[in-house]
Amino acid sequence: MIIKRILGLFDNFDQASAAIHEVRHANLPELKMDEITIKSPIEHPDVEEVLGERKSSVRKYTLAGALLGGGMGFLFIAAAQGNFFAQQKGGKPIIPLPPDFVLTYELLILGAVYVTIFGFLVCAGLPARIKGELYNAKVSEDQVGVMVKGNSHVVSEIRKIFERHHVLSVQEEFVE
Amino acid sequence: MSSVTVESMGPAGVTEAKEKDIREDIAWAQINHDVLKSMERPRLTFWAIFAGAFAMFLVGVGCEVYQYQRGMGVSGMNNPNAWGLYIATFIFWIGMSHSGTLLSAILHIIHADWRKPIYRFAEAMTTFSLMTAGLFVIVHLGRLWQVYYAVPYPNERWVWPNFQSPLLWDATAIFTYLSSSILFLYVGSIPDFAICRDNATGWRKGFYTTLSLGWMGTDRQWRNFRVAYLVIACFLIPLAVSVHSIVASDFAMSQQPGWHITSFPPYFVAGALYSGCAAIITLFIMLRHVFRFEEYMTMPILDKTARLTFAIAMVWTYLNLIEYSSVWYGDSEVAKQTLLMRATGPYSVYWWAMNFLGSVVPFTLIFKKVRANLTAMMIISLLLNLGMWLERWMIVTPTFSHGFYPWTWDHVYFPTWVQWGIVFGSFGWFGMLFMLFCKLVPSVSMYEVKEMVYHRTLATKHAKREA
Repeated sequence: MIIKRILGLFDNFDQASAAIHEVRHANLPELKMDEITIKSPIEHPDVEEVLGERKSSVRKYTLAGALLGGGMGFLFIAAAQGNFFAQQKGGKPIIPLPPDFVLTYELLILGAVYVTIFGFLVCAGLPARIKGELYNAKVSEDQVGVMVKGNSHVVSEIRKIFERHHVLSVQEEFVE
Repeated sequence: MSSVTVESMGPAGVTEAKEKDIREDIAWAQINHDVLKSMERPRLTFWAIFAGAFAMFLVGVGCEVYQYQRGMGVSGMNNPNAWGLYIATFIFWIGMSHSGTLLSAILHIIHADWRKPIYRFAEAMTTFSLMTAGLFVIVHLGRLWQVYYAVPYPNERWVWPNFQSPLLWDATAIFTYLSSSILFLYVGSIPDFAICRDNATGWRKGFYTTLSLGWMGTDRQWRNFRVAYLVIACFLIPLAVSVHSIVASDFAMSQQPGWHITSFPPYFVAGALYSGCAAIITLFIMLRHVFRFEEYMTMPILDKTARLTFAIAMVWTYLNLIEYSSVWYGDSEVAKQTLLMRATGPYSVYWWAMNFLGSVVPFTLIFKKVRANLTAMMIISLLLNLGMWLERWMIVTPTFSHGFYPWTWDHVYFPTWVQWGIVFGSFGWFGMLFMLFCKLVPSVSMYEVKEMVYHRTLATKHAKREA
């Protein structure tokens, strides 16, 4: 079976949303909803309404990063302070908690921020190669792209739907 | 005037004229065009400012080389005046860095969308201010070749940093803040790098292709981008507060008169936001002219920034008075004498200038005519920052000259030309980096401005329908 991608460019979000709405309700059993992608200069204001709920896992990375940063940070500091064991401490604790709290707090944030950015890159599929994926520079300017992957029949039906919604231009490519 | 005026009916039926923060009919392609043009063809004043900043930087480098070769004695620092201008200016630069967090993170969370055209350069200011502040720590060390002694790693000398010292907390907090701010700035710029990539040719094409990481504006990318941006913004706010609180702890946790004050951390944070806001006004006016950004850096946005600055100035003034009254009604006679010495002694000119510039000059901002005058705003913003620099100078120096021990009392201190030269050079270093940044990275966030225009247009349409 020949699999293709089609990218239609629309003048605004309303036209793109209307086109996606019709695609979703067209009788195309071979089409998976996950194969519809919007490409736009800003985030689509009603993306969840148009595409259905799609979750982001970035916050899970944030939690892991905060725990890792705070935990590793405290252990690192405490381990370093453990080296003072042989030294005179004047009755003070070897691992003093109040100052260690300040450092742990900073390292917790450090870990959370670093791992959040790592999580963002993973979840957003970055870095990515533009070559090999339908893209039009107008998408970063003022047009809204709707990209769909499917077999030849699906793609030809979608092209007709796009045309009914005043698509500005259409690009197609073979995937496999 | 770039911004348009709209008329609406007020509650009493009176027609109210209201200037908009940005034109709602501005085309998205035009936004790309204007911002990208600024990176290619700025006014000649761009190069004049860059050359001036570079010359200042060279003065600083020359003074630092001289100090390096001749020793710290040439800086004029002595016992008891061991910190001098270096630490005062270090605090000043740390304070400047808070502007980016205020505009990017705090105003982002409360959905104040007027920040969108100006937050990018404020974030850049944060990053470069922190880099400049970091330089002062190294310059202050004197023995630059032993800077690695401060790094906590196991070694045969058993030289470990003191984890109970606020100075080490400082280093940790500043490193966290600097690296997080750089990442925040970078991540927030990725969609704009993609726009640059799509419009660039030559070496710039490869440069922006690398920086944009293959961003294509897909819904998946936007969704994760939004979450990551919000999460980092949420972490940056407590981080920024902690950074300046910890810098305040460098002073407040010591027993020195004039420093051992409970209100020092909030006082420092308020001062930081204050100087940061004043610097935003300065750079706002400069960029508006240099890059012809009249469409984006509009007068209503300047007006809002000025109002915010006034509000923070009043917070700072209040905390300043709290500091004075804490000392005055406190039980420490030495601290009281130090305060009196600031007001009547050899530093009184600077102390009164600080109070005048920091607490009285901002009252000019209550006049709309002043807020609408670019020249006046430029002068006021510079005066406010001079006041905030004097504040740091007045925190550091008088205490050293009037400590607990009477032998310190005849050590009136004034920095040598070497210290002044390095401080002067730091402004050049900051200016040079900032201008370079504006030439390479869009100083107005294109996608955020598009969002602002889009949502405001929708809101206007909705309001018209309701009416």
